[in-house]
Amino acid sequence: MSDVGFVIAGYGVILGGLAAYAALLLLRLARERQHRPPGDDGA
Amino acid sequence: MKTRILGVAALLAVIAAALFGLYGVPADLNQGDAQRIMYPHVASAWLAYLSFGVTALAGIGWLIRRDLRFDAVAVASAEIGVLFTALAIWGGMMWARPVWGVFWQWEDPRLTTTALLLALYVGYLLLRRLSDDPARRATRAAVVGLVAAVDIPIVHFSVIWWRGLHQPPTFLSPDKILHPSAPLPFVLALVGMLGAFTLAWTWLLIRRYQLARAELAREDAVRGGLVRRASAAAARPGVAARPAAAARPGLPTSDDGGTPQPKAPAEATQ
Repeated sequence: MSDVGFVIAGYGVILGGLAAYAALLLLRLARERQHRPPGDDGA
Repeated sequence: MKTRILGVAALLAVIAAALFGLYGVPADLNQGDAQRIMYPHVASAWLAYLSFGVTALAGIGWLIRRDLRFDAVAVASAEIGVLFTALAIWGGMMWARPVWGVFWQWEDPRLTTTALLLALYVGYLLLRRLSDDPARRATRAAVVGLVAAVDIPIVHFSVIWWRGLHQPPTFLSPDKILHPSAPLPFVLALVGMLGAFTLAWTWLLIRRYQLARAELAREDAVRGGLVRRASAAAARPGVAARPAAAARPGLPTSDDGGTPQPKAPAEATQ
């Protein structure tokens, strides 16, 4: 694999990993807030 | 709303920094294009240090103040730290193969201690799943987080203390980054990526903290339901109620900084 291939793999996984984690985090947060108990302001 | 704005700003900053690192900076004279991986690699490593440092400080906060908000910060930061450590290792491997000729070398102290750091904090997250008691879980996690944090300076100084393939540290050596002989585009790319990733880290930490607080609130609600059921069972003649989890001493309540105990339905409607 050429240097450019390693650069693409490096940036792809790092940026893709960050984006995937952020999306998963928002999904988990939305799911958790659906089950918010009464009286909790979620702060 | 502010968190949303921060998220958009972080996204734009990361995209801009990545484009600059990929297209705005010329290829390195010695390392060629592979050097471009250094920007996200170094930024990820910096945020791994920061995350685990915050986890240790939040653990101390919990041990002193017994406020579960510190524990929420600790778990949020640890999880994000595991992510950035894994990303730093991946970036390092993608850089090492074309430059060193190998993806990994176990004899290298920086690589090995970083792998240990990842294992320690994966263990920290697993340990948290062993207990349903928030106070006990927070105490155990705080102690493990503090012990694991000892590895942070070891990772950092490993390249000074022992010989290996890895070059000397980039952090805490600003003369290396900002040396007058360093070409401006390289410095801008590195500083830009550090700033963009730190913005993204801040946004992730806020969101993960909110998730940790929401999880605690749900745990409190479940525990409150158990207490109500136990009380109802105790009120019935001939039924011996088992002590519920929330009746045990040491569990946080809204008075000692924990998440507020949910009201009973009858109370809530008043």
